[in-house]
Amino acid sequence: MKQFDYENAKTIGEAVNLLNNSSKNVRPIAGGTDLIPRMRNGLLEPDILVDIKNIPELNILSINGDLLEIGAAVPLYRIYEEERITKSYPALIDAIKNIGGIAIQGRATVGGNLCNAAPSGDSIPALIVHEAMCIIAGPTGQRILPVEDFCTAPGKTALGRGELLTTIQIKHPPHNTGSCYNRFIPRNEMDIAVTGVAASLMLSMDRTQIENAKVAIGAVAPTPLLVKAAGEVLVGNAPTEEAWGKAAIAAQSAARPITDVRGSINQRKHLVGVLTKRALRKAYLRAIGEMEI
Amino acid sequence: MSKKKVSAKINGQPVEFLCEPRQSLLECLRDVIGITGTKESCNDGNCGACSVLLNGRLVNSCLVFGVEVEGREITTIEGLADWQGLHPIQQIFLDRNVVQCGYCIPGIIIATKALLDREANPSEERIRSWLSGNLCRCTGYDKIVGAVKEAAVILAKEKGV
Ligand SMILES: Cc1cc2nc3c(=O)[nH]c(=O)nc-3n(C[C@H](O)[C@H](O)[C@H](O)COP(=O)(O)OP(=O)(O)OC[C@H]3O[C@@H](n4cnc5c(N)ncnc54)[C@H](O)[C@@H]3O)c2cc1C
Ligand code: FES
Ligand code: FES
Repeated sequence: MKQFDYENAKTIGEAVNLLNNSSKNVRPIAGGTDLIPRMRNGLLEPDILVDIKNIPELNILSINGDLLEIGAAVPLYRIYEEERITKSYPALIDAIKNIGGIAIQGRATVGGNLCNAAPSGDSIPALIVHEAMCIIAGPTGQRILPVEDFCTAPGKTALGRGELLTTIQIKHPPHNTGSCYNRFIPRNEMDIAVTGVAASLMLSMDRTQIENAKVAIGAVAPTPLLVKAAGEVLVGNAPTEEAWGKAAIAAQSAARPITDVRGSINQRKHLVGVLTKRALRKAYLRAIGEMEI
Repeated sequence: MSKKKVSAKINGQPVEFLCEPRQSLLECLRDVIGITGTKESCNDGNCGACSVLLNGRLVNSCLVFGVEVEGREITTIEGLADWQGLHPIQQIFLDRNVVQCGYCIPGIIIATKALLDREANPSEERIRSWLSGNLCRCTGYDKIVGAVKEAAVILAKEKGV
């Protein structure tokens, strides 16, 4: 591995100053579970790494009123060990329990998963259906971006020079809402998604109609995608197999997969359909309180 | 690039060491500090041979830089046995002839400790899923899983639960 300098930032301002360096290649390190293997392979050769794990604000994991805040340095296990979060944000929990094994979850962060911007990043479709917002600190102040606009291309994000993702915010889902993320991998654990789909559903008070719906797909386009059309075909309809089928077709037509070592175009298109229906079925069961995480 | 001084607690002892920022915790343990029970295999987070506890949490020491552990506590396989003898997890692995080549075993025992520190009576499914980040090329896992179940019973008795 190439030599680099290590800076242990103590505040967001300090990290932003270090990142806003025009002559050096500077990167933040959160859990390092993406970054370190890439540096070892020579794919990334930063001059300076800025450790963001010792910045107090970035370690905040809190529910205030109806707002969940996940600091960019919070490791995954802290999120799924918090019962109030597992109850209200099942798609996110499904997703982060899928990332690596226990040891990876001891270090990896949702922020790192997002900033890595892999088309297959498991947390991203889940964050999209939860309507998460990204809080970004930069040299000119703070800005907020909806999560579906954060990834711009494989490995590329909307972050400019000197910008740091500090927090992910998610509003508490309304009553009668359920969500799910599921993916296909050739084994049970420790693999990268061939395809992943997240869905959320909000039902009417009498639970006979879908009032709001979101579907997001992963590993089938250059970035994880929110499929607006899939949500639209569901809204106003009854929560039935027929409705799931229509949403699945909409999700399939939005998918633009490639063939690679993990799967072919045809397999991925097929999987988008299957996984969309499964995600919606589970989201529905959770919305009516008949399925735990 | 100059070396950095890192102070940490390793297996209960305060330790200071010097390392380059690019050296992993695994390299620091083995090559700088000289405790070699923690093994290197894939060096990219997939096999679990390098498992250690960092502030009580299971991590892959190949995916941590030495400089990141400033002020933290680390437990390696060397930290499990005490003057009275082997840790119950180690003892049952020995008694049940779990170990073949042994290369994966320090990592598997550390991962098992991390599990049993938290959950007194994990199901077989839970044990297999917890250990999914620890690869063993020899045993086929069944003996490992059996020993983890037995260790859970022994440790629960010791703790009086
Ligand atoms: C064995 C193994 C299995 C894995 N399995 C999965 C899996 O199943 N699914 C999956 O999606 N991923 C998987 N991963 C990839 C990785 O663990 C996840 O993407 C993880 O969430 C990354 O988080 P991190 O905190 O470790 O990121 P880091 O490695 O610290 O950072 C990743 C990238 O984001 C940048 N970055 C980090 N934080 C910020 C920030 N706050 N602001 C700006 N930029 C930032 C870094 O500079 C780097 O480029 C796996 C990795 C390994 C090694
Ligand atoms: S050597 Fe660290 S996980 Fe394989
Ligand atoms: S005993 Fe040989 S790798 Fe596990």
